[in-house]
Amino acid sequence: MSNILEVQNVVKQYGDYTALNNVSLQVPKGSIYGLLGPNGAGKTSLIRIINQITMPDSGIVFLDGEKLHPEHVKHIGYMPEERGLYKTMKVGEQCLYLAQLKGMSEAEAKKQLKYWFEKFEIQGWWDKKIQELSKGMAQKIQFIVTVLHQPKLLILDEPFSGFDPVNANLIKDEIIELNKKGTSVIFSTHRMESVEEMCDYIALIHKSNKLIEGKLDDVKRQHRTNTYQVGIVTNNIEGLMLQLTHKFTLNQTNFKSLNDDLKLEVHLGQYHSNDLLSILTQFGQVTHFVEKIPTVNDIFIQTVSQ
Amino acid sequence: MSVLSLIIKREFIAKVRNKSFIVMTFLGPLLIVGMTFLIAYLSSVNKGDIKTIGVHDSANVFVNDFKNSEDIKYVNLSNLSFDKAKDSSNNAFEGLIYVPEVQNISELATKTTYISDDSPKMDFLMNLQKVIDTKLNKENLKKLGFDADTIEKAKIKSEVQFAKFSGEDGLKFLNEIKIGIGFAFGYLIMMFIIIYGNMVMRSVIEEKTNRIIEIIISSVKPFQLMMGKIIGTSLAGILQFLIWIVLGVILMFSLSAVLGGQQEAVATAQVSAEQAEVAMSFVDKLQLYIAEIPVASILIGFVIFFIGGYFLYSSFYAAIGAAVDSETDSQQFLMPIIMPLMLAVYVGFLTVMNDPHGTVAVVFSLIPLTSPIVMLMRIPFGVPLWQLTLSVVLLYGTFIFVVWFAAKIYRVGILMYGKKPSWKELYKWLKY
Repeated sequence: MSNILEVQNVVKQYGDYTALNNVSLQVPKGSIYGLLGPNGAGKTSLIRIINQITMPDSGIVFLDGEKLHPEHVKHIGYMPEERGLYKTMKVGEQCLYLAQLKGMSEAEAKKQLKYWFEKFEIQGWWDKKIQELSKGMAQKIQFIVTVLHQPKLLILDEPFSGFDPVNANLIKDEIIELNKKGTSVIFSTHRMESVEEMCDYIALIHKSNKLIEGKLDDVKRQHRTNTYQVGIVTNNIEGLMLQLTHKFTLNQTNFKSLNDDLKLEVHLGQYHSNDLLSILTQFGQVTHFVEKIPTVNDIFIQTVSQ
Repeated sequence: MSVLSLIIKREFIAKVRNKSFIVMTFLGPLLIVGMTFLIAYLSSVNKGDIKTIGVHDSANVFVNDFKNSEDIKYVNLSNLSFDKAKDSSNNAFEGLIYVPEVQNISELATKTTYISDDSPKMDFLMNLQKVIDTKLNKENLKKLGFDADTIEKAKIKSEVQFAKFSGEDGLKFLNEIKIGIGFAFGYLIMMFIIIYGNMVMRSVIEEKTNRIIEIIISSVKPFQLMMGKIIGTSLAGILQFLIWIVLGVILMFSLSAVLGGQQEAVATAQVSAEQAEVAMSFVDKLQLYIAEIPVASILIGFVIFFIGGYFLYSSFYAAIGAAVDSETDSQQFLMPIIMPLMLAVYVGFLTVMNDPHGTVAVVFSLIPLTSPIVMLMRIPFGVPLWQLTLSVVLLYGTFIFVVWFAAKIYRVGILMYGKKPSWKELYKWLKY
């Protein structure tokens, strides 16, 4: 699969401060790509370079196989974290203006706007000024403005902030639908559950360096700790514990269950999961046996605090 | 439509639709005309206010010389004692002119006293002194054996005529008129730069605080946005000026028609051939004056220097707007911009008036920061072509440099939030 975006060895310095230190990324076409990192890691600097708001000091960026070029802004839709619209401008005029800046013709922009306004059922807002709208309403307009010109690549910085749960869901569905139609999405957020839910790929930037990149499943596989959660109904807890501590490292754990006598988190070390299972079955009825897969949150915290 | 023209259009419409723009555009001329009439009315009210002044002149030296005028009435209190005259003047009159009895009449030159608690009006004082001077002069002449009336008849009032070597008639007061024209245009440019430069700055700050800036510059280059803003705003300003000119002309015409109509009604009966002749020659004179003033080069110069100067300064304003977060923070950066503008106006006023082609005037009309104003003040007097060319080249060269420089600060500044930059940081931004 080809990449919609390739960042190669990008360096960006502000005076003495290095914002991006030799960062490379590959965003596959058609993916939803999570760009993660703590505040100040360099995500915004990278996003600004992709949007050609600033230029890298060195390194190259390719969009859809072509070296980044001013015309490419037409193929990118960008929603910055700091949302903003002209407060005193009317909604309709503002959308038309921003669409035309992205190279759409007025007629085409009107057609697309009609589609989106109907979809979000906000036809009545056309002649309202942004300052008359609530924050959530303005966010909807912001989203429409971002996707209106049918970009190949959407870059969304904290897309769900400012939305109530209903509208956040609406926007999420729209993003997924656009993705299904072929739009690639780069997604920068601190809400790990939405990364977990939506992203196929992730990259983690920390202190100006890229630390992790890859398919979400692969990343998780790399970060698996070979730990299993087990639940067992037994009348010989002491015997079982004796056997287990002999081979494995154990931790207390808790999960919802009906009537387990013992709940444990077992770190397998060099052993196979079947070794654990065979011991367990000698002592009673196994009711719970699950590999503990690291969450994105775990990976994030683990990587950043290293 | 190109991106630049889209931005220009938006900026123009945003400015023109602004309520304060509409109010200023249509109320501005009314205010000016209203003020003019208010001032005229107030001074006429002032005139109607008659002041009474007592005269105590027991020797009757000036008795017939103080003549009542429109706003001053003299009352002869010479029959009263000085103290009584003083008291009654203090109570009822504006003041008292006290002419003491003296041995030698020429002592009155320094002994005449005006007693009042208010300081006298300038023209009243001048008139008083003139009366005394004339009287004492006459007396002196009489004493020396001259007949005052004969001397008065022998007096001559000269009127120097102006001519050129080419033989044409010269015109009086031409210099004053030229200064007036130059000053008006120079002042106009300064006002425009300050008002509309500020507007550019405010609009940059607005985009920054609205945070829409990041969305816009993900579609267009910061340079395009900056130029679009400057051009769009200036078009709005030009529109405003045009409306003012048209409205002003209409207002003045209609007002003078109303007033002139009234005057004519009064004067119809008295219109004499002489008056008509004066009016005729005035029109002729006016044409002569217009012929003497290089109207075309003033207008062309105005446009060229206006565009250059406005663009130069509004680039500074745009850069400042990008560097700060709010208008209050902009003050420290605005000072160095306002200074050369003020300097230009003062230099223009003080030196061009005295010597339009002196060294100071020439130098300041070449320096790009002051040339739009000073050069325009000089143009009515005729400026050598090489100076004009050099000045324009310098102005536009600097303009290109400043736009480049402003665009750099603008590019970095619009994405910097939260802190007020120092000059040192601005310098650093140039290297980003």
